Amino acid sequence: MRILIVEDDPVLSEGLSVGLGLSGFTADSVATLEDARAALAATRFAGVVLDVMLSDGSGLELLAEIRRGGSDLPVLLLTARDQVRDRIEGLDAGADDHLGKPFDLHELAARLRAILRRAEGRAASVLRWNGLELDPSRLRGEYNGAPLAFSRREFAVLHALMERPGQILSKPALEERLYGWQEEIESNTVEVHVHHLRAKLGREFIETVRGLGYRVAAEG
Amino acid sequence: MSLRLRLFLILALATGAIWFSAVMWIEHSTRAQVTKVLDARLAEAARMVSSLLSDRRIAMAGDGSPVAIPLDPHGDYAHQLSCQIWSLRGTLVGQSEGAPAGQLTGAHGTGYSESTVGGETWRVYTVENAALGVRVMVGDSIGVRERLVSGVIEGLLLPMALILPLLAAAIWISLGKGLAPMHRLAEALRLRSPSDLAPLPVGPVPAEMRPMRSALDGLFARLSRAREAERDFTAFAAHELKTPLAGLRTQAQIARIAPDAATRTRALQNIERSVDRTDRLVRQLLELSAVEREGAAQDQLDLGQLSAEICADLAPLAEARDVMLVSDVPEGSAQPLAASGFLLHAALRNLVENAVQASPVGAKVRISCDGKVLAVEDSGPGIPEALRARACERFVRGTQGGDGSGLGLAIASAAMERLGGELRLPPSDGQGQRAELHLPRAG
Repeated sequence: MRILIVEDDPVLSEGLSVGLGLSGFTADSVATLEDARAALAATRFAGVVLDVMLSDGSGLELLAEIRRGGSDLPVLLLTARDQVRDRIEGLDAGADDHLGKPFDLHELAARLRAILRRAEGRAASVLRWNGLELDPSRLRGEYNGAPLAFSRREFAVLHALMERPGQILSKPALEERLYGWQEEIESNTVEVHVHHLRAKLGREFIETVRGLGYRVAAEG
Repeated sequence: MSLRLRLFLILALATGAIWFSAVMWIEHSTRAQVTKVLDARLAEAARMVSSLLSDRRIAMAGDGSPVAIPLDPHGDYAHQLSCQIWSLRGTLVGQSEGAPAGQLTGAHGTGYSESTVGGETWRVYTVENAALGVRVMVGDSIGVRERLVSGVIEGLLLPMALILPLLAAAIWISLGKGLAPMHRLAEALRLRSPSDLAPLPVGPVPAEMRPMRSALDGLFARLSRAREAERDFTAFAAHELKTPLAGLRTQAQIARIAPDAATRTRALQNIERSVDRTDRLVRQLLELSAVEREGAAQDQLDLGQLSAEICADLAPLAEARDVMLVSDVPEGSAQPLAASGFLLHAALRNLVENAVQASPVGAKVRISCDGKVLAVEDSGPGIPEALRARACERFVRGTQGGDGSGLGLAIASAAMERLGGELRLPPSDGQGQRAELHLPRAG
């Protein structure tokens, strides 16, 4: 799940990147509205964590632009002003959720997962397919009743494939979800992660569609 | 003492004093008038008796026994006018009924005299009739004259005694009425809640109270503005503190759940950095409030020494960022400053600190002085044109995501304003920023 963080405080911004990374997200951060616009135009993000008070304007401006453009991109507002009035203003401007500073990192991750889930049209937090239960809040799974641990990137690949079972995801699309800008994309890594996943779930769980990408096999 | 009582006493005493002087004046003039009229009567009567004697209309007893003189009118003043006729040799020739037993006066020549006969003071007019060889003396009692005068004064005092209390009551009531607008104002002020800083209610106001009222309204307006600014500032400061707190909490959580030592170390470093930044933010908030409180003073300031001090202060910061701090301000030239040196110190220090923070590694920050202008130059990215107009507002930061609190320029600008000078930030070409402190002309 690739997330854009728009926050101008360097320590908090880095904390958000690292903390959300530890929760299984792939996070990119920018400090200004201008950079945020450029990032949103260049990359497909699953959601945005948006600070309201930024040095070159209000985060609500960006939110309004996003909604005017007809995008349903999930947006979670972060703000130091946490009065009812501010929350109402943020939600009415089109935010999906709102969190006042300072906040708990786990709560932020949970709220992000919730708004991303809703954007995909799901309410249940656990993904289920072919005997595999995937819990994004704990980055763990259970396969036919037996607990299974995954590395962060393995989990991200599996999560992406199970969000829309049966839909083919190309290798670049998966890479985009796996790596932030700062990270070097190693060649063959998607293949390596798929290889590891097949070792844990059996060869048939993930299918390779030659020339197009990967998908989870039909239930049966 | 209440204003009403004070005014009342002033008016009552003034009225009393005027009445009293009027009475004194009337008494004096009445006495003079009475003396003049009665003296004339004495003289007339004495001359009349003397001429009657000459005309033989009053017969003088040949044997020298006194004759009665039918002189007196009637009424209250009966027996008060007395007449005696003495021979030049000193024997009593005749006298009016009720005249005192003794000689009315010892004075011999024609004219007025006063004497005491039988315990009473008399005013006497003597006419010497040399042809008949007699002296005619006509006198009246001074006591009668006094009674006349005191009668007039009593006639004045009685109505006065009645009128004065009425007058006092009228003054007291009128003062109450006259001071009513003031009471209304006082009441309006008394009933005000401490948070109510709106102008006083409109209504007719006496001209004398208009200055006070508009001064009060002005004070309320200033207080209200100050309070609003303070409220804004407090709210702003609280929000500004929440962001570093959020950073601290996030980093602390990361340190706790970090899967590896590198992540944990990095988080702990970030916590330290965040504590330093928050400390600086709090320090600058206090400094800003100190700058705004700083009163007027008169200092002799050596700009070179000030600049060198600040360079020494900020040397650790500059060293940590590998920035060279250069002061080109010559020492030993004390400038008279129409304010305390603290303000200029705060302004310059914050500019230099900002310049160091904005400088790339290995760059130079230079402080120079040209007459009344202190300038700080760095070779950082400069203030973006879009931000320049707002750069001196509180909590407005550069877009580089640095460690600034957004207060440095606000402090410098506020300090220069207090000094009567000005902070100017000329446009930057992106190759560095120049900040100028324009000192006020010595005055």
